[in-house]
Amino acid sequence: MATVIFLASMAALLQLFISYCRSLIAPSIKQPLSAEVRDVTGIAQGASGEDFVRVIQLLHLCPERPEERGHIRAIGAYFRLLNFVRSTVARIVPALLAWTEMERGQCAYFAAVALDRRIAFSRDMLAQQIDV
Amino acid sequence: MPGSIGYVIWFLGALLEAAVVVCAIYKGVFRRYLCLNLYMLFSFLVSVGRFQVLNLYGLQSPEYAYCYFYSDALLTIFLYLALITLYLHVFDEMNVDKYVRLAAVLLLAGTALFSYGVVQQSSHRIYSHFFFELSQNLYFVGLILTYVLWGAILKLRETRAQLIQLVLSLGIYFSAFAATYALRNMYPNLQFIWASIAPILGCLLPLSWAYAFVRLSPEARVAPARLAVVPR
Repeated sequence: MATVIFLASMAALLQLFISYCRSLIAPSIKQPLSAEVRDVTGIAQGASGEDFVRVIQLLHLCPERPEERGHIRAIGAYFRLLNFVRSTVARIVPALLAWTEMERGQCAYFAAVALDRRIAFSRDMLAQQIDV
Repeated sequence: MPGSIGYVIWFLGALLEAAVVVCAIYKGVFRRYLCLNLYMLFSFLVSVGRFQVLNLYGLQSPEYAYCYFYSDALLTIFLYLALITLYLHVFDEMNVDKYVRLAAVLLLAGTALFSYGVVQQSSHRIYSHFFFELSQNLYFVGLILTYVLWGAILKLRETRAQLIQLVLSLGIYFSAFAATYALRNMYPNLQFIWASIAPILGCLLPLSWAYAFVRLSPEARVAPARLAVVPR
């Protein structure tokens, strides 16, 4: 019985976690990137999954915004989940491969938008310090 | 006494619960999600109360055990009611409020009766075990109801981003709790791990609700087709 409960709750958890991550990503999809973020990340139009790690590395170079920390971690976990699906199940189901590619690209775009926000945040902090 | 990490997680959880209420008031959504906020406020007060009882009587005392399990049952009922108000939000345009309320009361009464039946057959300490059993069963009912609500959100093409995130956070919380419960039964010898996971999970719900209140305006919309795992 415990195994059945475990499997059912894990299936529910996975389904809701994916939807939750997609609800976090959704608002950033239509947000345009600033020219400097486009330059520094090399993302011109749409991002690809390969950009994610590089953008996250850049993100770690900027001062952290506390309210975003948990969500960047959640999207990082989602990205790892997508990588796992891509290297296992998606090899058998080609439609899943296209879906994981699209999702990985959107994770990278989410990270780029977060980078944009962090740069703006750092700039505001610097301006405030200069004013003081 | 719980270890220092246990205390940190406990205080963090209580602070986050208070933060949800503060964020909701600050963003002007306290009344809109009244039951959710009252649940968080009550959780915060329960945390403070439990800490007082722990200080007075100690972790191993029957007083603390009673306080813990009774307050847990009350909190679960509160959370159940909070979930029902999310149903009312999702179905508000269909004018089915009274049916939702009636179904909720019947389901709660049914769960209570079922719990009583289970306890009566297996225990002589009916009163204390009843609250424990009720709390546990309501968690599973909550998980199923949240999942059904998520299905309704997708079906009805609900677009309110804040409401969607509140429901999804609750679903993740319930399913993670159910998974931990199942693992605890499968591997009872790893009790120290399961005992520390529950309070961490308890922090995630207020954290994500606070985020939903702070970051998303009540008018923010999201296309529901973007959220479905299987494209619709």
